[in-house]
Amino acid sequence: MSADGSAAATTAAASSDRTDGRSLGERIVGSSVGDRAYVAIITGFAVCVPLLLAFIFIEVLLAGWPALQTFGFGFLTSATWDPVHRQFGAGPAIFGTIVTSIIALIIATPLALGVAVFLSEYAPAWMRQPVGFLVDLLAAIPSVVYGLWGIFVLIPVMREHVMPFLRDTLGLGATPFFTGPMYGNSVLAASVILAIMVLPYISAVSREVLLAVPRSQREAALALGATRWEMIQKAVLPYARSGIIGGVILGLGRALGETMAVTMLIGNSHEVSASLFAPGYTMASLIANEFAEASDDLHLSALMAVGFVLLVVTLIVNAIARWLVWRVARGPKGAP
Amino acid sequence: MTAPARPEQPQRPTLRQRAVAERTVRTLVRRRVVSALMTVVVALAAIATTLPLLFILYHLASEGASAISVDFFTKLPKPVGVGGAGMANAIVGTLTLLAIACAIGLPVGIGAGLYLADFKGSRLATLVRFLADVLNGLPSIVLGIFAWEFLVRPVKHFSALAGGIALAAMMIPMVTRTTEEMVRLVPNALREAALALGYSRARTAITVVLRTATAGIVTGVLVAVARIAGETAPLMFTAFGNTFWSLRLTEPIAALPLQIFEYAKSPYDEWHQLAWAAAMVLIVVVLVISIAARFVTRGRVGGGHGD
Repeated sequence: MSADGSAAATTAAASSDRTDGRSLGERIVGSSVGDRAYVAIITGFAVCVPLLLAFIFIEVLLAGWPALQTFGFGFLTSATWDPVHRQFGAGPAIFGTIVTSIIALIIATPLALGVAVFLSEYAPAWMRQPVGFLVDLLAAIPSVVYGLWGIFVLIPVMREHVMPFLRDTLGLGATPFFTGPMYGNSVLAASVILAIMVLPYISAVSREVLLAVPRSQREAALALGATRWEMIQKAVLPYARSGIIGGVILGLGRALGETMAVTMLIGNSHEVSASLFAPGYTMASLIANEFAEASDDLHLSALMAVGFVLLVVTLIVNAIARWLVWRVARGPKGAP
Repeated sequence: MTAPARPEQPQRPTLRQRAVAERTVRTLVRRRVVSALMTVVVALAAIATTLPLLFILYHLASEGASAISVDFFTKLPKPVGVGGAGMANAIVGTLTLLAIACAIGLPVGIGAGLYLADFKGSRLATLVRFLADVLNGLPSIVLGIFAWEFLVRPVKHFSALAGGIALAAMMIPMVTRTTEEMVRLVPNALREAALALGYSRARTAITVVLRTATAGIVTGVLVAVARIAGETAPLMFTAFGNTFWSLRLTEPIAALPLQIFEYAKSPYDEWHQLAWAAAMVLIVVVLVISIAARFVTRGRVGGGHGD
């Protein structure tokens, strides 16, 4: 059927796949109609991915454009969100998104790193699989189930134990961050659930880059007389650092856009408060909460604009994270 | 070699040597204590991480089990106080949405993955690979409002189709990347052998490459399905939810995650119970799919190979 196709294949097989850097697909130029159709079809599917992303970007931008145009740059900073008087500013939502994400990362990063180090350096072989599976399962639980659990289990615990403990026992009530009534639904509760949700992402990436640290690196440290922790601290973690940072940023990307659990726990209020006990809003929860009720065109457009801001921020965060992880996965600097 | 770790040597070390030696011993003790402490800290972190999962599973089992019954799987939602309510329509609705997502997401994802593996060095492949990762990181709510703007707003009514397409957009990048990885694991010798036998490229790809990578791809697809099965945010403004039977793709359709959200927000205990039951069903489905995914690959090309 394709005589010169197979002839090309033989010559291709003779030259090793790695020598010229091109893959099999590129070297064999199919000649038959079927081959051309096949290449055209898979190329078409591949092109779908960039097209889809571009399409999402344009649709959301166009839908949010009226609001962005009306309020200009002030849309990002204004704290007024008043559907009745058609005044919209995403300031509180952006603030809430940043605060919840950062607190979530502060809680999740040490734990995730601890699990990753435990699994890659300490755990006996029989333990790695099951514990790793349990941590991965955290990522498999749907957001809405976290929200349900948060409402009926986490919130009461926060209200009756964690919040009084932070405010009174630790005496943090003296600072402006842990004051005010303790309803339960709060920025703090949303941050805690977010921490649980992003933890598996950070630990999965960290574990991967820790496992990529060469054995010789560890052995050299041990040969110099390092204790196990010194080996991890001085030889393993620095080597994996940018990959771990990539994992944390990937977690940040998840935290920024997480919707359901946050919507169910954050209390949904446009007031900006320094206190973590107060309710708040994030960009995603604002959209989730008001989109269905928005009847006014400008209100809808403002919500779309919030979506666009969220889209752009997560695009940037994810691009940085991918780049960092990719750099580590590629291997050490200078090595082939 | 002077052995600093053993200060009581017969050669009568100088004062200075003794001081250095003692300090070395002290620091060594301290270093060992720190190392041992860190072992405990790291182990505690591992325990602390698994605790939330165990708590969630425990509460799902204890709260959900009491509310689950045959009615749950066979009846429709009912007003509070009537009793005998179920979520049959939401279960069927979720399955319908998943079917739509797969119908669109699988061909596109697998096709794009084949392209990435076949043309791995090309500029388009690099771009597609990167953008697939970026798309994978997009918040699901953004896909929801995108699908609303694109598919709901023009026709002025919610539809199952719009929900399915939003889910497909989530699924495509996941399937693309796993397909690529799995196809790459297929030894080149297999491809070359097929080509040497005179197979066309298309036939090689379908009968040799895809078949060898099937187990791995199935795993990737299962993982993707498990993830989108519980998605709520993309469905809120597209599939919207429905309290009645509906299988029409152009009408709003019920879904388990939407129902959980509605019932969890409600003030009624009866509905809270149903939300727990639905969450338990959802988790069991997700767990079964996840565990199935692990077994599919065991001992085949594309998984279970350690390296």
